[in-house]
Amino acid sequence: MFKAFLIKYAEIGIKGKNRYLFEDALIHQMKYALKKCEGEFLISKTQGRIYVDAKTEFDFEEVVEHLKKVFGISGICPVVYVEDEGFEKLCDTVVQYIADVYPDRNKTFKVQARRARKNYPKDSMTINMDMGEAILKAYPEMKVDVHDPDILLNIEVREKIYIYSEIIPGPGGMPVGTGGKAMLLLSGGIDSPVAGYMIAKRGVKIDAVYFHAPPYTSERAKQKVVDLARIVSRYTGPIYLHVINFTDIQLYIYEQCPHEELTIIMRRYMMRIAEHIAKETECLGLITGESIGQVASQTMNSLIATNEVCELPVYRPLIGFDKQEIVEVSEKIGTYETSILPFEDCCTIFVAKHPVTKPNLNVIRRHEKNLDEKIDELVKTALETEELIIVD
Amino acid sequence: MEAYFDNSATTRVFPEVADLMTKIMCEDYGNPSSLHMKGLQAEQYLRYAKETLAGILKVRESEILFTSGGTESDNLALIGCAFANRRRGNHIITTSIEHPAILQTCGYLESQGYRVTYLPVDNNGQIHLEDLQRAMTQGTILVSIMHTNNEIGSLQPIEEAGALIKRMNPGTLFHVDAVQGFGKARIYPKRMHIDLMSVSGHKIHGPKGVGFLYVGEKVKIQPILFGGGQQQNLRSGTENVPGIVGLAKAAELLYNHLDEDVRHLYECKSHFIEGVEQIPDVRVNGLLPGAPYGEGTAPHVVSVSFRGVRSEVLLHALEEHGIYVSAGSACSARKPQPSATLRAIGVERALLESTIRFSFSIFTTVEEIDYALEVMYDKIPMLRKYSRR
Repeated sequence: MFKAFLIKYAEIGIKGKNRYLFEDALIHQMKYALKKCEGEFLISKTQGRIYVDAKTEFDFEEVVEHLKKVFGISGICPVVYVEDEGFEKLCDTVVQYIADVYPDRNKTFKVQARRARKNYPKDSMTINMDMGEAILKAYPEMKVDVHDPDILLNIEVREKIYIYSEIIPGPGGMPVGTGGKAMLLLSGGIDSPVAGYMIAKRGVKIDAVYFHAPPYTSERAKQKVVDLARIVSRYTGPIYLHVINFTDIQLYIYEQCPHEELTIIMRRYMMRIAEHIAKETECLGLITGESIGQVASQTMNSLIATNEVCELPVYRPLIGFDKQEIVEVSEKIGTYETSILPFEDCCTIFVAKHPVTKPNLNVIRRHEKNLDEKIDELVKTALETEELIIVD
Repeated sequence: MEAYFDNSATTRVFPEVADLMTKIMCEDYGNPSSLHMKGLQAEQYLRYAKETLAGILKVRESEILFTSGGTESDNLALIGCAFANRRRGNHIITTSIEHPAILQTCGYLESQGYRVTYLPVDNNGQIHLEDLQRAMTQGTILVSIMHTNNEIGSLQPIEEAGALIKRMNPGTLFHVDAVQGFGKARIYPKRMHIDLMSVSGHKIHGPKGVGFLYVGEKVKIQPILFGGGQQQNLRSGTENVPGIVGLAKAAELLYNHLDEDVRHLYECKSHFIEGVEQIPDVRVNGLLPGAPYGEGTAPHVVSVSFRGVRSEVLLHALEEHGIYVSAGSACSARKPQPSATLRAIGVERALLESTIRFSFSIFTTVEEIDYALEVMYDKIPMLRKYSRR
């Protein structure tokens, strides 16, 4: 029955002269999403609206599911369209449309016509009145309510005539790619995929770095991270996942530094490495899943310590979230089930029983000096041996 | 060099078995229930499989029931017996170190109103017959005891237990989970008073997804799968002919020279134990007193605890050198909780997560073992140095 979708977009409308950039980015992301759906689609931009027309048979649920993952879309309206074969024929179509979409017709409605093709014989007001009359005649149980109708029936007269009334909510946000690119520190946990999702929602393209520590973390743990990146990529588009072998750096820190500070110093090196890759790949910031006080390395004092090694801004979209709130988002975006698979990640393997929660920056810096002899070489090797996985 | 020491998880298929299965899948692919020639041909393959397995166990061909593997055999044995004997009683006895296919099924039966007694084991991983004797009641319908433990390789006194059960209550059925024992030992159900016995194909160099349940001819069980009525209505579903024949062929090959193979496995095991004990602070689990090289335990399984090394880390470190082992048993390696079997035999808490299972096969060589030992001599001091403080 539905052959097209009208796409409503959220904040793009207010972007002034740059608006076309946002619309083009949105269309690009929609094309990417629809590539994974069965069928052929034509996406067109006319008079401030974006339409998806199905050129072939398609699976309605599948298309809606994919479009619901495109940031920038605020609503997806399934559309029925007909050739212009006179007003009476149109009334018949609309009456049938109501029968199909609303089995229960004890509802109020309002017709909202829009005459984009100005040579159509009736103007918008007339269409509204005449169509309303036809509907009331067909369904006496329905009532008109022009202020707060249950059904807002849109009729748009173009080359063809478009009919729609339902709005399926989209994810909101802005089209990925309009906000630059950032490097996500992706672990196998619950938080970091959610953090990536949230920043991507603001139009930011995402690349990711994962710290792998064989034999302390397994191939399955790495596969889990790739799987998580794949789930996130359904929203963000392809993700370049940089896998860094972190074992030697970690062991060296373990040897040279006080155990309570291991995690903090380790995190500082992760940030340094992530920033290095970020700069080389034209990222404008780093993203982490940190939330104040969640663990020892995420207290405000610890964040000072991990923050100071970076020049790029570090985006922490979950900073004020409780664990439960993060879990809710991860369930919504579909990463939760994968995140909770029980594989060790490199942050936890050597964790001290009582890690510092209020690290003193001067002390940390002094202890990091113990690493001077070999650390640059180890970091260089880690960067040189990175494995790049393109997750799509 | 590659050293696959995870043969209790699964084994490499004999090439002869794979060839025969290919032929059946690509050429002789008939359904044994079909009336035409191709069906008859498939039926003859099944007959060969039954003859072979029945011959090995010295039982009747009609007493072999093919299944999808060890788990289904265990489920069918327990649930099938419990349901068929409901009016005779509701008590079941098993041990505390059974495979999850038994323990979880017992849990299900408890939810259905059955009462289950779990026999304790001693530090050697063996039950005591006095405990079994005490647990037996007039209402005991079934006793299920594993032949060989999958995690530590302990052997149970099957024949003695069978005799005891039948002496105390001839109506009580005796099931043996022989998934780890079949192919490593001669097991004769009739002589050992076994009424039901589970076997799996892929532990004996046969294919995955196939196994059988020996069901003594006088034993009544109720099916758990319903359908076309194959296998005397006890296990509906078209017979997995290539799998079944693969299983039988593998068993045939193994039992042709079982004694030499078992001798070879014990040689591997004792050589390994001798070598691994050179490493300070290790403990080989489940050895019998006065049998330092694993005499009286399964020929192919060695469980070793390495103090101060996390088993998962050691596993991955060995993997980097082509050595494949198991942390706990494969079935429990995906779950984070420490092994119930290791706890049951009194392995101290600090060692529970430091325990590795090595399991050998007839393909294992002394060279592979020496190679693995060398790698461990090299790696373990390093891994201990970087342990969690």
